[in-house]
Amino acid sequence: MIEVKGLTKTYGSKRAVNGVSFTVQRGDILGFLGPNGAGKSTTMKMITGFLRPTAGTAIVDGHDVTQEPVAVKRKIGYLPESAPAYPEMTVQEFLTFIAETRGYRGHTRLAPVDRAIRLTHLDGVRHQTIETLSKGFKQRVGFAQALLHDPAVLILDEPTDGLDPNQKNEVRALIKEMATEKAVVLSTHILEEVGAICNRIILISAGRVVVDETPAEFQARQPGARLDEIFANLTQSDV
Amino acid sequence: MTQVIPVFKREFFSYFRSPVAYVFLVVFLMASTILTFFVGDWFDSNIASLDRFFYFHPWLFLFLIPAAGMRLWSEEKRTGTVELLFTLPITTLEAVVGKYLAAWAFLCVAIALTFPMALTAGYLGDPDWGVILASYLGSMLMAGSYLGICSLTSAFTKNQVISFVISLIVCLVLLFLGWSVFSEVLEGTLPQSLADLIANFSFFTHFDPFTKGIIDPSDIVYFLSLTGFTLFLNVLVLER
Repeated sequence: MIEVKGLTKTYGSKRAVNGVSFTVQRGDILGFLGPNGAGKSTTMKMITGFLRPTAGTAIVDGHDVTQEPVAVKRKIGYLPESAPAYPEMTVQEFLTFIAETRGYRGHTRLAPVDRAIRLTHLDGVRHQTIETLSKGFKQRVGFAQALLHDPAVLILDEPTDGLDPNQKNEVRALIKEMATEKAVVLSTHILEEVGAICNRIILISAGRVVVDETPAEFQARQPGARLDEIFANLTQSDV
Repeated sequence: MTQVIPVFKREFFSYFRSPVAYVFLVVFLMASTILTFFVGDWFDSNIASLDRFFYFHPWLFLFLIPAAGMRLWSEEKRTGTVELLFTLPITTLEAVVGKYLAAWAFLCVAIALTFPMALTAGYLGDPDWGVILASYLGSMLMAGSYLGICSLTSAFTKNQVISFVISLIVCLVLLFLGWSVFSEVLEGTLPQSLADLIANFSFFTHFDPFTKGIIDPSDIVYFLSLTGFTLFLNVLVLER
């Protein structure tokens, strides 16, 4: 579903992402790990077509993001970091706008909006403006926006950031449930999360992929050690 | 280009979802009327024409349109929604055109709401309605060009104040090039043809004929091409 080939992004002389390659299949939930500033978000922004790669490309469901960005954007549901949304709109208005840009016009836009609201439990705040929502609700609005068109590929930048433990579990369950027929890439700082829902781990450090394996293999690197200890050992160079 | 529609709708209604629209409308309507009556001495002129009303438009727009346009892209950049917008299946051109048209439609609403001025002139005397309609057309086209510049400058920064100041300066330069005081100085120092050429880039030079009831295609082309050019640069800046 997603084929990332040698993605590179340089800002001036600084290389934020350096030749990142991996593939994600349907049914995969890929956990994207790495210290802050390692290049996780930048990689995601390049796959979703927001940033233009300096070199390399990503192919999403047969479409090259550097050649057909709009076709790629149609396939992807993307939750950017900190879930930006237009603050003056109500949840309903915002999701209706997203539905329209996703090609649902007229009365056909109602069903996907309702479905997204139901899946993310936003019914109670439907007619509230987004600026009045708490962080957790804002995050859910971002999540609703990403899965509104039932995309084949979900890219989630820190989807559980700012949620309370119950909401986190709920979002994880939702991701797991949807992943059966989708390819999911999610970035996170919470290592337990990776163990709980991901079937693959990619760890990037200083813009490079240093680990690409299953959570079981990751644990096997240092049997008995906590995940954060393994993480610390692997990313020492970054600190 | 069908994706322009949702972008347009969202942007247009966003003015009315926040106090921006109401503050802008009130200030614009009050300022344009006060200038006409008190600075322009409209009653004393004893002429049933809106000449003195439209005379102030280039100056009013100089401050008010950067105020309305500064948020176009700066706001999206500041709140991060630009990332959302450009990961939706919308091309940069569609987004630029949609947002621009929404802001322009809003300005046209503001200009159209000055209709009581025209009614007043009609009540007090017998104005030339053709001239008034041509002036309204010119005013809306000119507002579009101001807005194109503001849209472009707001794409450079996420700071609305910077966006406002730069828009104001660029618009001010374009105004001054044709302002009678300034162009007389130019004509004194430069050859006539060169001075004319410079004055040709000004809003004044191309707005004036409209207020006299002359709809010259070359003036329309000036405003439309200036707008088109700024929007083209706008797309380039955003895609950079």
